[in-house]
Amino acid sequence: MSDSNKQIDEIASQMKMANDGLSEQDKAYFCDTRPHAVEPYKGILEKFANWARSQSLWILGFGTGCGAIELRPLMTSRYDMYRYGIQPRPTPRQACVFVIGGYASVKTAKRIVRSYEQMQGPKFVLGLGSCTVNGGMYWDSYNTINRLDHYIPVDVYITGCMPRPEALLAGFNTLKGMIREGKAEGMNKYIENFDWYKANQKKIIKDWNMPDYNW
Amino acid sequence: MNDILLKALYTLISLFVITNYGLLLGGTMARVRAKVQGRIGQPVWQPYIDIIKNNFKRTGIYHGVMFYLGPVFRLAGGLGTYLFIPAVYGSVVFANFSFSGDLLLVMYFIFFGQLGMALGAGQSGHPYSPLGVGRGLAQMAAFEVPFSLSIIAIAAQYQTLSITELVAAQQGGIMNWIAFTNPLAMIAAMISFLGMSMGNPFSVVIAPQEIPIGPPTEMQSSFLGMLQTNRAIFNGAKLVLFMNLYFGGAASIWVMVIKTFLIYLYTVIVGASFPRFRVDQSIRFFLGIPTLIGIAAVVLQML
Repeated sequence: MSDSNKQIDEIASQMKMANDGLSEQDKAYFCDTRPHAVEPYKGILEKFANWARSQSLWILGFGTGCGAIELRPLMTSRYDMYRYGIQPRPTPRQACVFVIGGYASVKTAKRIVRSYEQMQGPKFVLGLGSCTVNGGMYWDSYNTINRLDHYIPVDVYITGCMPRPEALLAGFNTLKGMIREGKAEGMNKYIENFDWYKANQKKIIKDWNMPDYNW
Repeated sequence: MNDILLKALYTLISLFVITNYGLLLGGTMARVRAKVQGRIGQPVWQPYIDIIKNNFKRTGIYHGVMFYLGPVFRLAGGLGTYLFIPAVYGSVVFANFSFSGDLLLVMYFIFFGQLGMALGAGQSGHPYSPLGVGRGLAQMAAFEVPFSLSIIAIAAQYQTLSITELVAAQQGGIMNWIAFTNPLAMIAAMISFLGMSMGNPFSVVIAPQEIPIGPPTEMQSSFLGMLQTNRAIFNGAKLVLFMNLYFGGAASIWVMVIKTFLIYLYTVIVGASFPRFRVDQSIRFFLGIPTLIGIAAVVLQML
Protein backbone atom coordinates (compact mmCIF):
# COMPACT_ATOMS: atom_id res chain seq x y z
CA MET A 1 0.00 0.00 0.00
CA SER A 2 1.38 3.42 -0.92
CA ASP A 3 1.89 6.18 1.65
CA SER A 4 -0.93 8.31 0.35
CA ASN A 5 -3.34 5.37 0.62
CA LYS A 6 -2.18 4.77 4.19
CA GLN A 7 -2.82 8.41 5.00
CA ILE A 8 -6.30 8.20 3.51
CA ASP A 9 -7.02 5.10 5.60
CA GLU A 10 -5.76 6.82 8.74
CA ILE A 11 -7.93 9.87 8.14
CA ALA A 12 -10.89 7.62 7.39
CA SER A 13 -10.40 5.71 10.63
CA GLN A 14 -10.22 9.00 12.53
CA MET A 15 -13.52 10.01 10.95
CA LYS A 16 -15.14 6.84 12.30
CA MET A 17 -16.48 6.50 15.80
CA ALA A 18 -15.40 3.54 17.92
CA ASN A 19 -18.91 2.69 19.17
CA ASP A 20 -17.27 0.84 22.05
CA GLY A 21 -20.49 0.58 24.00
CA LEU A 22 -21.98 -1.80 21.44
CA SER A 23 -21.38 -5.51 21.14
CA GLU A 24 -19.61 -6.74 17.99
CA GLN A 25 -22.92 -8.08 16.72
CA ASP A 26 -24.75 -4.78 17.26
CA LYS A 27 -22.01 -2.65 15.67
CA ALA A 28 -23.18 -3.71 12.23
CA TYR A 29 -26.60 -2.17 12.83
CA PHE A 30 -25.39 1.33 13.71
CA CYS A 31 -23.73 4.09 11.71
CA ASP A 32 -20.18 4.88 12.84
CA THR A 33 -19.63 8.04 10.82
CA ARG A 34 -18.82 11.13 12.84
CA PRO A 35 -21.28 14.00 12.50
CA HIS A 36 -19.99 17.01 10.60
CA ALA A 37 -20.79 20.68 11.04
CA VAL A 38 -22.90 22.35 8.37
CA GLU A 39 -21.99 25.90 7.44
CA PRO A 40 -24.88 28.37 7.38
CA TYR A 41 -25.82 29.91 4.05
CA LYS A 42 -24.53 33.38 3.29
CA GLY A 43 -26.46 36.65 3.35
CA ILE A 44 -30.13 37.11 2.75
CA LEU A 45 -30.87 33.41 2.21
CA GLU A 46 -29.72 32.51 5.72
CA LYS A 47 -31.63 35.48 7.13
CA PHE A 48 -34.79 34.26 5.43
CA ALA A 49 -34.18 30.68 6.63
CA ASN A 50 -33.59 31.94 10.16
CA TRP A 51 -36.78 33.96 10.06
CA ALA A 52 -38.73 30.84 9.02
CA ARG A 53 -36.98 28.78 11.72
CA SER A 54 -37.83 31.33 14.38
CA GLN A 55 -41.48 31.47 13.31
CA SER A 56 -41.97 27.71 13.34
CA LEU A 57 -40.62 26.19 16.54
CA TRP A 58 -41.63 22.59 17.00
CA ILE A 59 -41.09 21.36 20.53
CA LEU A 60 -40.09 17.80 21.19
CA GLY A 61 -42.96 16.68 23.38
CA PHE A 62 -40.88 14.60 25.79
CA GLY A 63 -41.16 15.50 29.45
CA THR A 64 -37.69 14.98 30.90
CA GLY A 65 -38.36 16.17 34.44
CA CYS A 66 -40.92 17.77 36.73
CA GLY A 67 -40.74 21.03 34.73
CA ALA A 68 -42.54 19.33 31.87
CA ILE A 69 -45.74 20.14 33.76
CA GLU A 70 -45.20 23.77 32.70
CA LEU A 71 -45.24 22.82 29.02
CA ARG A 72 -48.84 21.59 29.04
CA PRO A 73 -50.51 24.89 30.01
CA LEU A 74 -48.84 26.47 26.98
CA MET A 75 -51.27 24.59 24.74
CA THR A 76 -54.34 25.85 26.60
CA SER A 77 -56.38 28.87 25.64
CA ARG A 78 -54.82 30.92 28.43
CA TYR A 79 -51.29 30.85 27.04
CA ASP A 80 -51.85 29.61 23.48
CA MET A 81 -48.33 29.00 22.19
CA TYR A 82 -49.68 28.27 18.68
CA ARG A 83 -50.04 31.99 17.99
CA TYR A 84 -46.23 32.27 18.19
CA GLY A 85 -45.79 29.40 15.75
CA ILE A 86 -44.85 26.98 18.53
CA GLN A 87 -46.35 23.49 18.50
CA PRO A 88 -45.49 20.11 19.99
CA ARG A 89 -44.23 17.19 17.90
CA PRO A 90 -44.06 13.65 19.25
CA THR A 91 -40.94 12.50 17.42
CA PRO A 92 -37.40 13.89 17.69
CA ARG A 93 -37.00 13.62 13.92
CA GLN A 94 -39.49 16.41 13.31
CA ALA A 95 -38.84 18.59 16.34
CA CYS A 96 -36.39 21.49 16.49
CA VAL A 97 -36.63 22.71 20.08
CA PHE A 98 -35.83 20.47 23.02
CA VAL A 99 -37.17 21.80 26.30
CA ILE A 100 -35.30 20.14 29.16
CA GLY A 101 -37.90 20.13 31.89
CA GLY A 102 -35.93 20.73 35.06
CA TYR A 103 -33.60 18.30 36.78
CA ALA A 104 -32.02 15.62 34.64
CA SER A 105 -31.17 12.41 36.44
CA VAL A 106 -28.34 10.35 35.00
CA LYS A 107 -30.88 7.87 33.65
CA THR A 108 -32.77 10.68 31.88
CA ALA A 109 -29.55 12.32 30.69
CA LYS A 110 -28.89 9.26 28.56
CA ARG A 111 -32.31 9.65 26.92
CA ILE A 112 -31.76 13.38 26.54
CA VAL A 113 -28.51 12.77 24.64
CA ARG A 114 -30.16 10.15 22.45
CA SER A 115 -33.16 12.32 21.62
CA TYR A 116 -31.04 15.42 21.07
CA GLU A 117 -28.80 13.64 18.60
CA GLN A 118 -31.76 12.24 16.70
CA MET A 119 -33.17 15.71 16.08
CA GLN A 120 -32.36 17.24 12.71
CA GLY A 121 -30.39 20.46 12.65
CA PRO A 122 -30.55 23.30 13.25
CA LYS A 123 -31.86 22.43 16.69
CA PHE A 124 -32.23 24.47 19.83
CA VAL A 125 -32.29 23.66 23.53
CA LEU A 126 -34.18 25.48 26.26
CA GLY A 127 -33.07 24.74 29.80
CA LEU A 128 -36.15 25.08 31.98
CA GLY A 129 -35.74 25.68 35.70
CA SER A 130 -32.79 26.30 37.99
CA CYS A 131 -31.84 22.63 37.99
CA THR A 132 -30.54 22.90 34.44
CA VAL A 133 -28.33 25.87 35.36
CA ASN A 134 -26.54 24.53 38.44
CA GLY A 135 -28.50 21.58 39.76
CA GLY A 136 -30.90 23.74 41.79
CA MET A 137 -32.20 21.93 44.83
CA TYR A 138 -30.56 18.74 43.54
CA TRP A 139 -27.08 20.29 43.35
CA ASP A 140 -25.55 17.67 45.68
CA SER A 141 -27.66 14.74 44.54
CA TYR A 142 -25.74 11.58 43.73
CA ASN A 143 -27.86 10.88 40.70
CA THR A 144 -28.53 14.23 39.03
CA ILE A 145 -26.41 16.23 36.62
CA ASN A 146 -25.68 19.77 37.71
CA ARG A 147 -24.81 21.72 34.58
CA LEU A 148 -26.79 20.77 31.54
CA ASP A 149 -24.47 22.59 29.13
CA HIS A 150 -21.66 20.19 29.96
CA TYR A 151 -23.62 17.49 28.15
CA ILE A 152 -25.55 19.25 25.37
CA PRO A 153 -25.31 22.88 24.19
CA VAL A 154 -28.05 25.06 25.68
CA ASP A 155 -29.30 28.17 23.91
CA VAL A 156 -31.56 29.75 26.51
CA TYR A 157 -31.93 29.16 30.24
CA ILE A 158 -35.17 29.96 32.03
CA THR A 159 -34.52 30.17 35.74
CA GLY A 160 -36.98 29.57 38.53
CA CYS A 161 -38.38 26.64 40.41
CA MET A 162 -40.82 26.28 38.69
CA PRO A 163 -40.76 29.07 36.12
CA ARG A 164 -44.31 30.05 35.16
CA PRO A 165 -45.56 29.36 31.62
CA GLU A 166 -45.21 33.10 30.96
CA ALA A 167 -41.49 32.78 31.70
CA LEU A 168 -41.34 29.88 29.28
CA LEU A 169 -43.00 32.00 26.58
CA ALA A 170 -40.54 34.81 27.31
CA GLY A 171 -37.74 32.26 26.90
CA PHE A 172 -39.17 31.20 23.56
CA ASN A 173 -39.24 34.82 22.44
CA THR A 174 -35.60 35.25 23.47
CA LEU A 175 -34.76 32.13 21.49
CA LYS A 176 -36.61 33.53 18.48
CA GLY A 177 -34.51 36.68 18.65
CA MET A 178 -31.33 34.62 18.87
CA ILE A 179 -32.33 32.47 15.88
CA ARG A 180 -33.10 35.54 13.79
CA GLU A 181 -29.70 37.03 14.64
CA GLY A 182 -28.03 33.74 13.70
CA LYS A 183 -26.68 33.20 17.23
CA ALA A 184 -28.41 29.89 17.92
CA GLU A 185 -25.77 27.61 16.41
CA GLY A 186 -25.86 24.99 19.17
CA MET A 187 -25.75 22.06 16.81
CA ASN A 188 -22.52 23.16 15.15
CA LYS A 189 -21.07 23.91 18.59
CA TYR A 190 -21.93 20.37 19.66
CA ILE A 191 -20.25 18.86 16.64
CA GLU A 192 -17.16 21.06 16.82
CA ASN A 193 -16.66 20.11 20.48
CA PHE A 194 -17.92 16.59 19.96
CA ASP A 195 -15.13 14.81 21.83
CA TRP A 196 -15.45 17.08 24.87
CA TYR A 197 -19.23 16.55 25.07
CA LYS A 198 -18.83 12.79 24.59
CA ALA A 199 -16.20 12.56 27.32
CA ASN A 200 -18.48 14.44 29.72
CA GLN A 201 -21.45 12.26 28.82
CA LYS A 202 -19.51 9.03 29.20
CA LYS A 203 -18.16 10.19 32.56
CA ILE A 204 -21.64 10.10 34.08
CA ILE A 205 -23.48 7.54 31.93
CA LYS A 206 -21.92 4.28 33.05
CA ASP A 207 -24.15 1.85 31.11
CA TRP A 208 -23.25 3.26 27.71
CA ASN A 209 -24.91 0.72 25.42
CA MET A 210 -25.66 2.95 22.45
CA PRO A 211 -23.64 4.21 19.49
CA ASP A 212 -21.42 7.24 20.06
CA TYR A 213 -23.70 9.37 17.90
CA ASN A 214 -27.35 8.46 17.48
CA TRP A 215 -27.91 9.23 13.83
CA MET B 1 -47.06 21.12 -30.03
CA ASN B 2 -48.48 24.45 -28.92
CA ASP B 3 -51.50 22.68 -27.52
CA ILE B 4 -49.29 20.53 -25.32
CA LEU B 5 -47.33 23.54 -24.05
CA LEU B 6 -50.55 25.41 -23.38
CA LYS B 7 -51.94 22.42 -21.50
CA ALA B 8 -48.74 22.22 -19.45
CA LEU B 9 -49.06 25.91 -18.60
CA TYR B 10 -52.70 25.46 -17.60
CA THR B 11 -51.76 22.47 -15.44
CA LEU B 12 -49.09 24.48 -13.66
CA ILE B 13 -51.52 27.34 -13.03
CA SER B 14 -54.12 24.90 -11.75
CA LEU B 15 -51.59 23.21 -9.44
CA PHE B 16 -50.31 26.55 -8.18
CA VAL B 17 -53.82 27.67 -7.32
CA ILE B 18 -54.82 24.45 -5.57
CA THR B 19 -51.56 24.25 -3.58
CA ASN B 20 -51.90 27.78 -2.26
CA TYR B 21 -55.60 27.36 -1.71
CA GLY B 22 -55.03 24.12 0.20
CA LEU B 23 -52.33 25.68 2.38
CA LEU B 24 -54.42 28.78 3.18
CA LEU B 25 -57.45 26.61 3.84
CA GLY B 26 -55.42 24.49 6.27
CA GLY B 27 -54.23 27.63 8.08
CA THR B 28 -57.73 29.11 8.18
CA MET B 29 -59.27 25.96 9.56
CA ALA B 30 -56.59 25.68 12.26
CA ARG B 31 -57.64 29.17 13.26
CA VAL B 32 -61.33 28.24 13.24
CA ARG B 33 -60.52 25.28 15.50
CA ALA B 34 -58.57 27.60 17.80
CA LYS B 35 -61.55 29.97 18.04
CA VAL B 36 -63.76 27.04 19.07
CA GLN B 37 -61.28 26.29 21.85
CA GLY B 38 -61.17 29.95 22.93
CA ARG B 39 -57.65 30.55 21.60
CA ILE B 40 -56.27 33.03 19.11
CA GLY B 41 -54.57 30.33 17.13
CA GLN B 42 -51.72 30.18 14.68
CA PRO B 43 -51.35 32.69 11.84
CA VAL B 44 -53.18 31.77 8.64
CA TRP B 45 -49.83 31.55 6.80
CA GLN B 46 -48.27 29.19 9.36
CA PRO B 47 -48.38 26.15 6.95
CA TYR B 48 -46.14 28.09 4.52
CA ILE B 49 -43.60 28.88 7.24
CA ASP B 50 -43.57 25.27 8.43
CA ILE B 51 -42.88 24.02 4.90
CA ILE B 52 -40.14 26.61 4.33
CA LYS B 53 -38.54 25.72 7.65
CA ASN B 54 -38.63 22.00 6.95
CA ASN B 55 -37.07 22.49 3.54
CA PHE B 56 -34.33 24.67 5.09
CA LYS B 57 -33.27 21.97 7.59
CA ARG B 58 -29.52 21.42 7.37
CA THR B 59 -29.52 17.68 7.86
CA GLY B 60 -31.74 14.79 6.83
CA ILE B 61 -31.61 11.09 7.56
CA TYR B 62 -31.75 8.62 4.73
CA HIS B 63 -33.01 5.07 5.22
CA GLY B 64 -32.93 3.66 1.70
CA VAL B 65 -34.42 4.09 -1.76
CA MET B 66 -38.01 3.30 -0.75
CA PHE B 67 -37.74 5.86 2.04
CA TYR B 68 -37.00 8.49 -0.60
CA LEU B 69 -39.78 7.25 -2.85
CA GLY B 70 -42.45 7.13 -0.10
CA PRO B 71 -43.10 10.89 -0.02
CA VAL B 72 -42.70 11.00 -3.82
CA PHE B 73 -45.44 8.39 -4.23
CA ARG B 74 -47.56 10.28 -1.75
CA LEU B 75 -47.12 13.48 -3.75
CA ALA B 76 -47.84 11.58 -6.97
CA GLY B 77 -51.04 10.31 -5.34
CA GLY B 78 -52.06 13.85 -4.41
CA LEU B 79 -51.20 15.28 -7.84
CA GLY B 80 -52.87 12.35 -9.61
CA THR B 81 -56.04 12.79 -7.61
CA TYR B 82 -56.21 16.47 -8.39
CA LEU B 83 -55.13 16.37 -12.02
CA PHE B 84 -57.92 14.04 -13.09
CA ILE B 85 -60.69 16.11 -11.51
CA PRO B 86 -62.14 19.05 -13.43
CA ALA B 87 -61.85 21.76 -10.78
CA VAL B 88 -64.04 24.40 -12.41
CA TYR B 89 -66.85 23.32 -14.74
CA GLY B 90 -66.52 24.79 -18.23
CA SER B 91 -63.10 26.36 -17.56
CA VAL B 92 -60.27 25.48 -19.92
CA VAL B 93 -57.54 26.30 -17.40
CA PHE B 94 -59.02 24.28 -14.54
CA ALA B 95 -60.36 21.37 -16.62
CA ASN B 96 -57.17 19.42 -15.86
CA PHE B 97 -56.99 15.98 -17.51
CA SER B 98 -60.56 14.86 -16.94
CA PHE B 99 -61.88 12.23 -19.37
CA SER B 100 -64.68 9.70 -19.42
CA GLY B 101 -64.21 7.18 -16.64
CA ASP B 102 -61.94 9.42 -14.59
CA LEU B 103 -63.95 8.76 -11.43
CA LEU B 104 -62.48 5.26 -11.13
CA LEU B 105 -58.96 6.56 -11.68
CA VAL B 106 -59.44 9.23 -9.02
CA MET B 107 -60.67 6.62 -6.53
CA TYR B 108 -57.55 4.59 -7.29
CA PHE B 109 -55.28 7.59 -6.83
CA ILE B 110 -56.78 8.31 -3.41
CA PHE B 111 -55.42 4.91 -2.34
CA PHE B 112 -52.17 5.06 -4.33
CA GLY B 113 -50.36 7.58 -2.16
CA GLN B 114 -51.10 5.65 1.02
CA LEU B 115 -49.64 2.47 -0.43
CA GLY B 116 -46.46 4.21 -1.57
CA MET B 117 -46.16 5.82 1.83
CA ALA B 118 -46.57 2.40 3.45
CA LEU B 119 -43.49 1.11 1.61
CA GLY B 120 -41.44 4.20 2.49
CA ALA B 121 -42.49 4.16 6.13
CA GLY B 122 -41.73 0.45 6.31
CA GLN B 123 -38.14 0.99 5.22
CA SER B 124 -37.53 3.60 7.91
CA GLY B 125 -37.35 0.69 10.34
CA HIS B 126 -39.17 2.54 13.07
CA PRO B 127 -41.71 0.25 14.74
CA TYR B 128 -44.31 3.03 14.99
CA SER B 129 -44.31 3.63 11.23
CA PRO B 130 -45.74 0.27 10.10
CA LEU B 131 -48.06 0.43 13.09
CA GLY B 132 -49.34 3.78 11.86
CA VAL B 133 -49.58 2.52 8.28
CA GLY B 134 -51.52 -0.56 9.40
CA ARG B 135 -53.93 1.57 11.37
CA GLY B 136 -54.27 4.07 8.53
CA LEU B 137 -54.93 1.46 5.86
CA ALA B 138 -57.42 -0.38 8.08
CA GLN B 139 -59.38 2.80 8.64
CA MET B 140 -59.09 3.68 4.96
CA ALA B 141 -60.44 0.31 3.84
CA ALA B 142 -63.39 0.89 6.18
CA PHE B 143 -64.36 4.36 4.94
CA GLU B 144 -63.89 3.34 1.31
CA VAL B 145 -66.89 1.00 1.67
CA PRO B 146 -69.63 3.65 2.12
CA PHE B 147 -67.82 5.92 -0.36
CA SER B 148 -67.66 3.20 -3.04
CA LEU B 149 -71.32 2.31 -2.48
CA SER B 150 -72.20 5.97 -2.88
CA ILE B 151 -70.21 6.17 -6.14
CA ILE B 152 -71.93 3.01 -7.43
CA ALA B 153 -75.31 4.56 -6.62
CA ILE B 154 -74.65 7.81 -8.48
CA ALA B 155 -72.95 6.03 -11.38
CA ALA B 156 -76.07 3.86 -11.74
CA GLN B 157 -78.31 6.88 -11.43
CA TYR B 158 -76.58 8.93 -14.14
CA GLN B 159 -75.16 6.04 -16.19
CA THR B 160 -71.68 7.57 -16.30
CA LEU B 161 -68.29 7.43 -14.59
CA SER B 162 -67.14 10.77 -15.90
CA ILE B 163 -66.93 13.57 -13.36
CA THR B 164 -67.48 16.24 -16.03
CA GLU B 165 -70.72 14.53 -17.14
CA LEU B 166 -71.88 14.21 -13.55
CA VAL B 167 -71.28 17.93 -13.03
CA ALA B 168 -73.06 18.71 -16.29
CA ALA B 169 -76.06 16.67 -15.14
CA GLN B 170 -76.29 18.74 -11.96
CA GLN B 171 -76.45 22.14 -13.68
CA GLY B 172 -79.60 24.24 -13.76
CA GLY B 173 -80.55 24.81 -10.16
CA ILE B 174 -79.85 23.66 -6.66
CA MET B 175 -82.48 20.88 -6.83
CA ASN B 176 -80.46 19.17 -9.57
CA TRP B 177 -77.54 18.57 -7.22
CA ILE B 178 -76.93 14.94 -6.38
CA ALA B 179 -77.19 16.01 -2.73
CA PHE B 180 -80.92 16.45 -3.43
CA THR B 181 -81.56 13.93 -6.21
CA ASN B 182 -79.81 11.16 -4.26
CA PRO B 183 -79.55 12.26 -0.62
CA LEU B 184 -78.69 8.79 0.70
CA ALA B 185 -75.60 8.57 -1.51
CA MET B 186 -74.58 12.07 -0.38
CA ILE B 187 -74.99 11.20 3.32
CA ALA B 188 -72.95 7.99 3.02
CA ALA B 189 -70.19 9.81 1.13
CA MET B 190 -70.10 12.80 3.44
CA ILE B 191 -69.70 10.51 6.46
CA SER B 192 -66.85 8.70 4.74
CA PHE B 193 -65.39 12.11 3.86
CA LEU B 194 -64.90 12.70 7.59
CA GLY B 195 -62.60 9.68 7.63
CA MET B 196 -60.93 10.68 4.41
CA SER B 197 -60.05 14.15 5.68
CA MET B 198 -58.50 12.55 8.78
CA GLY B 199 -59.91 15.17 11.14
CA ASN B 200 -61.48 14.31 14.46
CA PRO B 201 -63.06 11.87 15.29
CA PHE B 202 -60.96 9.83 12.83
CA SER B 203 -57.63 11.55 13.41
CA VAL B 204 -55.99 8.93 15.58
CA VAL B 205 -53.84 7.64 12.70
CA ILE B 206 -51.91 10.83 12.11
CA ALA B 207 -52.59 12.90 15.22
CA PRO B 208 -49.38 14.72 16.15
CA GLN B 209 -50.31 14.47 19.80
CA GLU B 210 -50.25 10.68 19.70
CA ILE B 211 -46.88 9.18 20.52
CA PRO B 212 -47.01 6.94 17.45
CA ILE B 213 -47.61 9.82 15.04
CA GLY B 214 -48.28 7.28 12.33
CA PRO B 215 -46.63 6.75 8.96
CA PRO B 216 -44.49 9.92 9.03
CA THR B 217 -42.75 9.07 12.35
CA GLU B 218 -39.32 8.96 10.70
CA MET B 219 -40.01 11.54 8.00
CA GLN B 220 -38.06 14.73 8.63
CA SER B 221 -36.63 17.79 6.92
CA SER B 222 -37.58 18.06 3.27
CA PHE B 223 -39.32 14.66 3.31
CA LEU B 224 -41.77 16.14 5.77
CA GLY B 225 -41.94 19.37 3.77
CA MET B 226 -42.98 17.34 0.74
CA LEU B 227 -45.63 15.47 2.73
CA GLN B 228 -47.02 18.77 4.03
CA THR B 229 -47.21 20.20 0.52
CA ASN B 230 -48.95 17.06 -0.61
CA ARG B 231 -51.44 17.27 2.21
CA ALA B 232 -52.54 20.70 0.99
CA ILE B 233 -52.92 19.47 -2.61
CA PHE B 234 -54.65 16.26 -1.56
CA ASN B 235 -57.07 18.10 0.70
CA GLY B 236 -57.91 20.53 -2.07
CA ALA B 237 -58.39 17.65 -4.52
CA LYS B 238 -60.75 15.76 -2.23
CA LEU B 239 -62.79 18.87 -1.52
CA VAL B 240 -63.10 19.62 -5.24
CA LEU B 241 -64.08 15.98 -5.89
CA PHE B 242 -66.87 16.04 -3.32
CA MET B 243 -68.05 19.42 -4.56
CA ASN B 244 -68.22 18.04 -8.10
CA LEU B 245 -69.92 14.81 -7.13
CA TYR B 246 -72.60 16.00 -4.74
CA PHE B 247 -72.87 19.79 -4.73
CA GLY B 248 -73.21 20.72 -8.37
CA GLY B 249 -69.57 21.54 -9.18
CA ALA B 250 -68.47 25.12 -9.67
CA ALA B 251 -68.93 27.41 -12.65
CA SER B 252 -66.24 29.84 -11.46
CA ILE B 253 -63.28 29.75 -9.14
CA TRP B 254 -65.12 31.84 -6.53
CA VAL B 255 -68.00 29.40 -6.37
CA MET B 256 -65.41 26.64 -5.96
CA VAL B 257 -63.76 28.50 -3.10
CA ILE B 258 -67.05 29.06 -1.27
CA LYS B 259 -68.35 25.52 -1.73
CA THR B 260 -65.10 23.77 -0.80
CA PHE B 261 -64.69 26.08 2.19
CA LEU B 262 -68.13 25.08 3.45
CA ILE B 263 -67.47 21.37 2.88
CA TYR B 264 -64.21 21.65 4.83
CA LEU B 265 -65.92 23.70 7.53
CA TYR B 266 -68.37 20.81 8.00
CA THR B 267 -65.50 18.41 8.79
CA VAL B 268 -64.01 20.97 11.19
CA ILE B 269 -67.34 21.46 12.98
CA VAL B 270 -67.73 17.70 13.38
CA GLY B 271 -64.10 17.46 14.50
CA ALA B 272 -64.49 20.23 17.07
CA SER B 273 -67.63 18.59 18.47
CA PHE B 274 -66.59 14.97 18.86
CA PRO B 275 -63.67 13.26 20.58
CA ARG B 276 -61.35 10.88 18.81
CA PHE B 277 -62.32 7.30 17.93
CA ARG B 278 -59.85 4.50 18.35
CA VAL B 279 -59.11 2.73 15.06
CA ASP B 280 -61.22 -0.35 15.88
CA GLN B 281 -64.11 1.92 16.87
CA SER B 282 -63.91 3.92 13.66
CA ILE B 283 -63.84 0.73 11.56
CA ARG B 284 -66.96 -0.53 13.34
CA PHE B 285 -68.55 2.87 12.83
CA PHE B 286 -67.90 3.01 9.06
CA LEU B 287 -69.01 -0.57 8.51
CA GLY B 288 -72.23 0.11 10.42
CA ILE B 289 -74.76 2.81 9.63
CA PRO B 290 -72.85 4.61 6.83
CA THR B 291 -72.47 1.32 4.95
CA LEU B 292 -76.19 0.54 5.43
CA ILE B 293 -77.05 4.01 4.08
CA GLY B 294 -74.77 3.33 1.10
CA ILE B 295 -76.42 -0.04 0.46
CA ALA B 296 -79.84 1.61 0.67
CA ALA B 297 -78.73 4.20 -1.92
CA VAL B 298 -77.61 1.43 -4.29
CA VAL B 299 -80.75 -0.66 -3.73
CA LEU B 300 -82.99 2.34 -4.43
CA GLN B 301 -81.26 2.76 -7.81
CA MET B 302 -81.79 -0.91 -8.62
CA LEU B 303 -85.52 -0.83 -7.90
